[in-house]
Amino acid sequence: MGNILTMARRELGAYFLSPIAYVVIAIFLFTSGLVFGIGAFQPGAEASLRTLFDFWIILILALVLPMLTMRLMSEELRSGTIETLMTAPITEIEVVVGKFVGAMAFYGAMLATLLIYPIILSMYGNVDPVMLLCNYIGLLLLGGLYITVGLFFSTCTKHQVVAILLTAGVLAFMTFAFDPLSQLLEGWPRVILQQLSVRTHFHDFVRGLIDLNHLAFFVTMVGLFLFLAVKRLEMRRWQ
Amino acid sequence: MIRVENVSKKYGPLLAVDNISFHVERGGVVGFLGPNGAGKSTTMKILTCFQPATSGSASVAGFDVFKQSLEARRRTGYLPENTPLYPEMRGDEFLHFRGKLRGMQRPQRLEAIKRVTDRCWLGDFISRPIGHLSKGMRQRVGLADAMLHDPDVLVLDEPTIGLDPNQIRETRSLIKELGERHTVLLSSHILHEVEQTCDRTIIIAAGKIIASGSTDELQKQFSAHARVIAEIKGPADEMAAGVKALPGVQDVEVTASDGWVRLAVSPKPDHDVREDLFKLATSKGWSLREIRLEGATLEDFFVKVTAEQQRSHPL
Ligand SMILES: Nc1ncnc2c1ncn2[C@@H]1O[C@H](COP(=O)(O)OP(=O)(O)OP(=O)(O)O)[C@@H](O)[C@H]1O
Ligand SMILES: [Mg+2]
Repeated sequence: MGNILTMARRELGAYFLSPIAYVVIAIFLFTSGLVFGIGAFQPGAEASLRTLFDFWIILILALVLPMLTMRLMSEELRSGTIETLMTAPITEIEVVVGKFVGAMAFYGAMLATLLIYPIILSMYGNVDPVMLLCNYIGLLLLGGLYITVGLFFSTCTKHQVVAILLTAGVLAFMTFAFDPLSQLLEGWPRVILQQLSVRTHFHDFVRGLIDLNHLAFFVTMVGLFLFLAVKRLEMRRWQ
Repeated sequence: MIRVENVSKKYGPLLAVDNISFHVERGGVVGFLGPNGAGKSTTMKILTCFQPATSGSASVAGFDVFKQSLEARRRTGYLPENTPLYPEMRGDEFLHFRGKLRGMQRPQRLEAIKRVTDRCWLGDFISRPIGHLSKGMRQRVGLADAMLHDPDVLVLDEPTIGLDPNQIRETRSLIKELGERHTVLLSSHILHEVEQTCDRTIIIAAGKIIASGSTDELQKQFSAHARVIAEIKGPADEMAAGVKALPGVQDVEVTASDGWVRLAVSPKPDHDVREDLFKLATSKGWSLREIRLEGATLEDFFVKVTAEQQRSHPL
């Protein structure tokens, strides 16, 4: 436990010392602000974050979070610090979970900046706090999944560019391609693809619903990719 | 403190470490000497639990590096080749991070950081970003990290490479000091360095241990291989017979050219035949042009070994 927090704090610290973090925050603020501005202030639009959360935030996160995760392990592999790290008394699980927690903390700070929009909206109309909470829970789960996928690919290569491309590609596929693809299939393959579609699972959170099925999907996927990252890191020893 | 038993390491088809065994007792500095690609770093990675051996076993401070890896790691300090560090962190931040991983509480960390900062002459450099430090200073930060938790065993992979002569001297004397309280294993290509800093040397080439012992023991071992070369003017056959009959002579090789005879004499262990050879020549009235000892130093041996590895294992 102590090692996880130590690791997480180092990662969080490293974010604020690197230019990438500021670029990520800038892109995130700019694009979400743009979408919000266009969506919310159209004449006759209801006071909600629907436009932003329904589609755009998913796309923005799928592009922006890989930038955040690419360096997590790749940088250690490239610079060789993996050698000092793994010869300290810390397990692979602690390293992976620590890095995940660090990235989640940074992501949490990013999400907090989005709170400005409900605050603006509340000046013009009512904002449903339960709805907002559901949205945030959904965003945390979605981002958590994206971060673990990114973390996994970052353990696979010492090249950050490869890590970011693989992550963004897989995320785009899991999020946007499974649902349309499932329409082309029949029977159980169709059900499986539908069940794996990230966007479908995220959708109910946007509508203000928390369904156990969706919750279980995100938690399982996060667990799966964390597990894969740990295994991949353990495998490195045998090469 | 360090036990290595029949350890081999394969990278695919390449046998980087070939069935080596050695023991190191508590205290003292042991030098790992070998040419590039000899398998020094590979052995050190196995000892520090970074990579498991393909076969064989090893333990550090009584803990198996594979089965009791965390315990072994707690008792080891490691400075890898090229000193990898986080360039964005400040030196003291980095040492705090490492101290926490070692389970040290804040007061303990502050004290340890002060101690290693002083011992590695880091001074104010400790509060600068590591990426802004010179190579030598970074090396010191790495060394400070390895010493931070006062480990039983210190494994230092080429700790003086890339340093200027002054820093090399300082680092060597620091390592010697460390050897008084810790067991230090250091690797090097430089015979001179190992002779200066180490109580014991293990010479490794092409993944095998070729020789080990204190510098004196090694010196003795290799002077046994030394030959006396002499060039004398006289009848070759008579000379060969005469030299062979000398008490300290094991064997002699004779080559004659333009009137001079070249003798390569292998002496029996612990015999110096140069004086006898000289007396023989003067008593017969032969003129003597040259007489010298060949291959008597560790240096000669090391150069020979290195060249042999290069021939059999072109890198
Ligand atoms: N990760 C790896 N994958 C494949 N081969 C490797 C790997 N690491 C080392 N080798 C090979 O193993 C052999 C021994 O390498 P090692 O790094 O142990 O040598 P060394 O004695 O430390 O040499 P140097 O003095 O150059 O540091 C070399 O032939 C090297 O090419
Ligand atoms: Mg090496």
